[in-house]
Amino acid sequence: MIAFFAAAVIAATPLLFATLGELLTEKSGSLNLGVEGMMLIGAVIGFVTGYSTGSAVLALIGAFVAGAAGGLIFAVVTVTLRANQVVTGLTLTIFGGGVARFLGDDLIGLSVPLSVQAVFKPVAIPLLSAIPALGPIFFKQDIFVYLGYLCVVLVAIYLYRTRTGLNMRAVGENTAAADAAGIPVTLHKYVHICLGGGLCGLGGAYLALVTVPMWQADVVNGRGWIAVALVIFASWNPIKAFLGSYLFGGLSILGLRLQSAGIHISQYLVDLFPYLACIVIVVISTHKNRKEDLPPANLSVPYFREER
Amino acid sequence: MKKVLLVLAVLLLALVVVACGGNKAASDTTSSGTEASEPLTIGFIYIGTTTDGGYTQAQHEGTVALQEHFGDKVNCIWKEEVDDTNKQATTDAALEMIDQGAKVIIGTSYGFMDALDELANNPDYAEVDFLHFSGNKMNDTNFGNYFGAMEEPRYLSGIVAGSMTKSNKLGYVAAFPYTEVQIGINAFTLGAQSVNPDVEVKVVYINSWYDPANEKAAAESLLDAGCDIITQHADTTGPQLAAAAAGKYCIGYNLDNSAVEGLDKAFLTAPVWHHEVFLIPTVQAILDGTWKPESYYGTMKDGYIGLAPLTANVPDEVKAKVEEVQQKIEAGEFPIFVGPIKDNTGAEKVPEGTTLDRAGIWSIDYLVQGASE
Repeated sequence: MIAFFAAAVIAATPLLFATLGELLTEKSGSLNLGVEGMMLIGAVIGFVTGYSTGSAVLALIGAFVAGAAGGLIFAVVTVTLRANQVVTGLTLTIFGGGVARFLGDDLIGLSVPLSVQAVFKPVAIPLLSAIPALGPIFFKQDIFVYLGYLCVVLVAIYLYRTRTGLNMRAVGENTAAADAAGIPVTLHKYVHICLGGGLCGLGGAYLALVTVPMWQADVVNGRGWIAVALVIFASWNPIKAFLGSYLFGGLSILGLRLQSAGIHISQYLVDLFPYLACIVIVVISTHKNRKEDLPPANLSVPYFREER
Repeated sequence: MKKVLLVLAVLLLALVVVACGGNKAASDTTSSGTEASEPLTIGFIYIGTTTDGGYTQAQHEGTVALQEHFGDKVNCIWKEEVDDTNKQATTDAALEMIDQGAKVIIGTSYGFMDALDELANNPDYAEVDFLHFSGNKMNDTNFGNYFGAMEEPRYLSGIVAGSMTKSNKLGYVAAFPYTEVQIGINAFTLGAQSVNPDVEVKVVYINSWYDPANEKAAAESLLDAGCDIITQHADTTGPQLAAAAAGKYCIGYNLDNSAVEGLDKAFLTAPVWHHEVFLIPTVQAILDGTWKPESYYGTMKDGYIGLAPLTANVPDEVKAKVEEVQQKIEAGEFPIFVGPIKDNTGAEKVPEGTTLDRAGIWSIDYLVQGASE
């Protein structure tokens, strides 16, 4: 059982980064469906950087910057040029796939250098890892996983305990009011779309650097879309995103685990549970009408100051 | 609410796109060889990329060997990442290469079959010869197929695993539960049982040919369930990396990965293809004008399939045992599926004294006793 939950944490980590990234983006009012693309860009750049420099830190920075660059494309096109967000996001997904294939074409089958792999070896955290059950599940992982925990805490504090976070939420809830209050709307959108893209890039890099420490085409394989669904599942709350990622990560490997335990439930069936859960949660939260569970009111609404 | 509905609708759409395997990058065509006296142009249709580290790379190594063998007498061209679930895409790829002068079209994935069949029987392309890997359709004039008795090297790799396991549990990461995969699992299991009757093979299906992260996760679940040797019938190195990370052994597929960084202590061997062994004589016959369509089923004796050299991780006595059986297989004295064979519910599938022939092997739809899904 503990082995299963520990494996679920690994499966969840790319989802967690991507979900937090998309959550930041959506909280500031932009619906960027290009998560899959930004994850792929982050994965390939993270891998290339790690492969050529042998440095784990540079690989992470590379992945973050690359994901953020993907976000920047989205920001320029949707915020400044005011293109449709849904279409732009889908295009970004396809674009990211192309970038990853183009840059990764000669890298397929190459391994992450051992110096980088060594950095991402599981490390037990003293004291915490001694907690029964929870210790081996959450605190005997690699530093990339711990970085994920840290991001959850930072994002939660940022959103709910800082003035900038409040301003950013205001932009997402009511852009016109935020603008009237003197909040730099465009800057907020740009920064959070890029930050979100960077986190998505890190999620992709986890797959390429840690999960499968070897470059393989299309390593993300649809996980970006799960992250988009997870944001809804988590009702735009970073703590729930944390729980949701582990739930979805666990479900994604549950079918495999059940098979090796001799229990037969189709992985296809298991795979559809997260989406079913998403629909149920959306219906419930809509009916309960609790403000904090609803999407940012101005999500995906383009903002033109002149059109007010 | 409207927005959420919109998001869900888009998600659904996206999932459909992803599920249909929409990742079709621009296929590129590269030609090599020089323009001497009208070389024979041969067009290959690939499902993956030529550097995928598995299935298509193994196919392409055959193509490269073919080109090297014939030099400027042939000109190999190819299209990568052709969607084998899309008949039109297959037809387009073939026609494009025919336009480029291809006189032979070779499809290397099962799904290309119907498109090739249609083209081969179209009088417009009667001058073009078609070859199809892993299919069962052919005609009398210009359409043949080829495949290999992968059960032979699978059986041998089972001997390696059965001899070396300490937990008596072997893990098998498999793509889909269908005949080709089940033949491999059964042959592997029978091989392992031939040296170790207590051995048990646990199978996990990932329902995909290509998913690096999931293949690795599947192997990890098998390792956690107590398996100490992992083998696979799926396309990536994921399962091998999982075994290596856990300090256990692995048996690959398609390619000899013994030189891959990080696998040196884990890799034992792999059943591999040598496509050039079929391609070279066939192309020679086409050049000579003597080729007749056939349904080729290559064996270890032909050298069309084989076992990658056993690495230093395999003890000498196991090597000797494998060699002994391999010699018998190559001499044609050692059929793999000999009765009595029971399936994993205990029902007798092959009675005592019966040996499965090619048709019998290719109607397998069960796992043998000792293998469990």
